[in-house]
Order: sequence, then C-alpha cells, then structure tokens
Amino acid sequence: MSQYIRLDNLDLVLAAMLLLLNGGLSVALRLGLERSLIIATLRMVLQLGLVAFILRALFATVSPWLTIGVALVMMAFAGREILARQERPLTGWWSWGLGVSCMATAAGLVTVFSLATQIQPHPWYNPRFAIPLLGMVLGNTMTGIALGLDTLTASVVNDARAIEARIALGHPRLQALRAPAQRAVRSALMPTINTMAAAGIVALPGMMTGQILAGVDPIDATRYQLLIMFLIAGGTALGAFTAVVGGVFRLTDPRHRLRLDRLRAHGRRGPA
Amino acid sequence: MLRIEALQPDGLSPVTLDVERGECLVVQGPSGGGKTLLLRAIADLDPCPGEALLDGESRTAMAGPEWRRRVRYVAADSGWWADRVAAHFADWTALVRQRGTLGLPAESGDWPVARLSTGERQRLALLRAVEHEPRVLLLDEPTSGLDAATRDLAEALLDTLRRSGVTLVWVTHDPDQAARVATRRMKLNEGQLEAA
Repeated sequence: MSQYIRLDNLDLVLAAMLLLLNGGLSVALRLGLERSLIIATLRMVLQLGLVAFILRALFATVSPWLTIGVALVMMAFAGREILARQERPLTGWWSWGLGVSCMATAAGLVTVFSLATQIQPHPWYNPRFAIPLLGMVLGNTMTGIALGLDTLTASVVNDARAIEARIALGHPRLQALRAPAQRAVRSALMPTINTMAAAGIVALPGMMTGQILAGVDPIDATRYQLLIMFLIAGGTALGAFTAVVGGVFRLTDPRHRLRLDRLRAHGRRGPA
Repeated sequence: MLRIEALQPDGLSPVTLDVERGECLVVQGPSGGGKTLLLRAIADLDPCPGEALLDGESRTAMAGPEWRRRVRYVAADSGWWADRVAAHFADWTALVRQRGTLGLPAESGDWPVARLSTGERQRLALLRAVEHEPRVLLLDEPTSGLDAATRDLAEALLDTLRRSGVTLVWVTHDPDQAARVATRRMKLNEGQLEAA
C-alpha cells in the first residue's frame, strides 16, 4: 500500500516550469493575466504547504480537541464562502448562521456515521481519517447549500408577485413558496447527481486518482471513491434541504407574510 | 362588520374605521399616497402596528391565512403561479355564475396564463378572489385595465356581492366610478384618511 514514488522539490520545480507557458501566452497575447497567475501560484504553494505542515502536526498528536478545533475552523471558512456566493443574502447573520448550522449538522452527521460504521479508525476521531473525510463532504455540502440558498432567494424575489397572490388568497407559507423551494433544492442536488453520472467516464475522480498514484489497488480505490460519493450525496441532500426549509421560514413570518425586507438590498458575489 | 383600530402602515397616520356589512367604502387620493399600503395592512400582508377585527373577532386570534381567506386583498397587478388559468382555482367549475357575470367563457379555464390580456387577467384575478366567499374584498384599482363594457360587468358582479352582504373597500382613481359604486367615500391625503 505504501509503494508510492516520492516527489522531491526538484520534481515540483520542473513541473512548475509549465506555468511559464501560461505566462508566455499571457504576454504574447496581451491577456494581462501575469499578475493574477503569479499571485494564484504563490497562494496555492503557500496555502497547500501550510496545510501540509498543519496536517502532519495534527496527525502526530491525535487529539480529539485539536481535531474538533480544526473542523470548526473549516466550517467557519465554508460559511463565509456560502455567504460570498449569495446575490441577495439574508440580513444580519442569518445567511452565515443558517449555512453554517445546516452544513455543520449535515457534514458532521455524515462524517461521524462513516467513521463509526465503515471506516472505524482507532480512535474513532483519528484526524488522519476524520479531517480529509470531513473536508470532502464539507466542500460539496457547502456548494449545495450555497446554490440552494442563492436559488431560493433569487426565485422568491422573481416570483414575489405570484407568491403574494397566493398569500393574499389565504395559502399557507409552505404552499405559497413551494415552487421556489423545489427549484432551490433541485439546483442544490444537480451538481452531485451530474458528478455521479459522469464519474469514471469523463474523468477519474481526484481522490481515486490520488490513491491509485499512491499504490492502492484500483478496486480498493474505487470502493473508497464510491463511499465518498455516497457520503457527499447524503450530506448535500440533508444540508441543502434543511437550509432551504430554514430559508423559507426566514423569508416568511408566523403570520405567513412574505418578508423580502429580510434580504439585503445590495448583494455581493464572490468567486464562484 | 370590519373594524380597524389604530392601524398604521408605513408613512400613514393611524387609521381607525368601521365598515359595515354590505357597505362599499371608496378610498381615493393621489398616487403614492399609501392607498395600496392601507389595503395591504388590512389584509395583514405587511407587518404594522394596529388591530383589525371582523365581526368582533380579532385577526391576531386567528392564523394569517385564515384572516386572508375572509378579508381578501385583490392586487392591482395580479400574480400567477401555474401555466393554466384553472390551476389557480380550488374548484374552477364551481364559479359558473360569477364567471358568466364577468363575461368569461367556460373554456377560459384552459387558457395559458402567459397569453392573457391585461383585462382578462384582471377579471380572472377578481373571479379567483371571490372563490370561497370572502366576507371583505379589498380592491386595488380592480377595473383599471378594462374597457367600459367589461368594467360594467365587473361592477355588476361586485354590486351583487355587496348586496349579499360582502364588505367592499375599493381604491379607484376614477371619480365617475367612485360616484357609481360608493356607499361612502374617503380620501387619503398626506397620510391622513378623512371623509370626502
């Protein structure tokens, strides 16, 4: 299993030369991308390098508190990312809070489920298993929740007249907002479904490729990949559904009124 | 009887008002004066201070949807959520008489909403609002998109309802219409609702 070919820094420098191609292209065609390219490259090297050392230290200690601490930091950053992807976020801390709580619950449950039943490391919170697993589930759940909430608020703003017509006729809020909520959950789940349908045909999933390069038997690597995809599908469904239902309740009130005043007037859109 | 106590939509002075069964209260006033806000506040569509009661029953004592089934707001711009007209009604076939009064043919239930004219939308929105016999209708320019002939049909339907005991609060810009339909008239001017 550990029959893998180690890379040293010289190997990486050689590979990084390929970036000169990007740079040359940008200069020759006047794309103006040189600056972004240099910054992005440096950021990637620094961020990944830092993560590598943090993970090595974390794996060496196997402390439950450090593991939980790292998981919380990951979730906080993912919450910020959810907020950045909203065109019209909810006012106050609601978008961040709703996103983080749904994401943490869904990704946490799915990860613990997997640690407790399929993987069973010793101890069960062993960060070498818990952190990568949580990272993969979290990243996808985050995308699902961000898409779901963004679609929900955009549809509710778009369909406001139809929704208010239903409310004025005495329809309860879950009925009046059913169409936008359905659209939101659908758009949250589509990326996962598409990824599952295309897996192995269009491209080999990154994690599976990594395991194969590290010397794992392809059948075993595929088993791991399937496990991860099932976890991602479950986590995304749970997280997106709870976030959208929470959003529907926040966009209405106990008198079943539509409350567009709970959306920020001017949104911002971060990197998608 | 519809009773409004110190109801205060944004930018308006508190409104206190009784409207009896079978009354048609016409509210007039300049554009942007808050007539729509007043109707929306009565229907409990926007949060605002104050109280509203129907036959002595406070709206806070019942769920929002329950109140709105009795006290129904008909917006100037109607909203539609399904492709076909009939899908917007609980029972399209139950409204034969009212549909006839409004001059809408039986097959109008199959019409696609996207192809409705302004006048058809307005009449169908009115028809939709009278389903399940609301006790109060809050009408926001209900005939603004209609020609004289169809406007008369809409006024006839609303007059029949009023005579059967339905309370009407009717916002209109048309002074002739106000004179025709009103049993009482008020004016909303600079945030103040006063007798006209």
